[in-house]
Amino acid sequence: MNFPPAEKSQQPRTEQIILFRVSGQTFAISSASVQEVRSVDNIAGMARDLPESHLKKVRHSIHRGDRTLYIVNAALHFGLQPQPASLVFFLRRTRTALLIDGIEKMTTMTRLQALSHAFQGEERNWYRGLTALDQAVVPVVHPEGFLSLEELTLLEAAQSSADTHPASSENHGAKVQ
Amino acid sequence: MMAAPETALQSFVLLRLGERRFALPASQVAELVAPSRIFRFPHKSPALEGVILRRGRMIAICDIAEQLTGSRLTTRRFTLIATRKYERQLDWIAIPVSGECELINVDMVPASSNDSPHVDGWLSHGGEVIEVLRLSALTPGPVETLMPAPLHDFAEARS
Repeated sequence: MNFPPAEKSQQPRTEQIILFRVSGQTFAISSASVQEVRSVDNIAGMARDLPESHLKKVRHSIHRGDRTLYIVNAALHFGLQPQPASLVFFLRRTRTALLIDGIEKMTTMTRLQALSHAFQGEERNWYRGLTALDQAVVPVVHPEGFLSLEELTLLEAAQSSADTHPASSENHGAKVQ
Repeated sequence: MMAAPETALQSFVLLRLGERRFALPASQVAELVAPSRIFRFPHKSPALEGVILRRGRMIAICDIAEQLTGSRLTTRRFTLIATRKYERQLDWIAIPVSGECELINVDMVPASSNDSPHVDGWLSHGGEVIEVLRLSALTPGPVETLMPAPLHDFAEARS
């Protein structure tokens, strides 16, 4: 009896991710979403205060080329107790520079599970899904999920205000936290 | 020729939450497992504690005892893994329970309009009248797609 030939096993789709830490919590982000990683000390001289920002998680902006990026404190974004951040992720194709505590490692994920329908809050915008690594569950963040359109509109207004009031806008070299 | 009447008896899983017993249609129960580590991460769904990892699947865990008995479970002996269906998608949910579960075959009296939304029907078993729970009313989920009646086509949940 002839058996049909076994189907070629498909290679699982993989994605390179960076595991990073915020207030003791580990998150993952696709490494393709991170354009650049800088230390907080390194960008302090370029950051500008946004005194009229109504968003607690965004207190500074930074000019990169012809664009203004907003520096988002990841701990405050996720509702965690903030700790002194040491690194900044510049996220590709977004206007977010993300303050984080540190990088754990780079690794590969083979499976991304969508969030259960039971999760019905803002986390649906925050996360692309969950992945399991070394018998632990890690949320995989959505790079566009740190600033909503409404928040960007508020920040643009705060930026315009800072730009038109030189006394405050000249505050370069702010302590970024 | 007349069609044969449908079997009236249905299978239910009896579960214990504190001092009270409740029931779920057996077709919605995937398995009963020992409590395992709960992985927590930031979210804004206060009814959920986090997720558990079971056979490579990450399952949201939700303690429904407080809604049903007025207090959270003090002892968690097992975790019951149940399924809910949203349109064509199955969604799994883990529910801590405080005692053994039991499978019974019994006839269910459907809920009336006076019953709470979480009550799908009533069973009489061992001298007790037991609520059959409608999980979609007790656990968070997309409201607009909730199925109003219990689903009895969850065989795929067991695969």
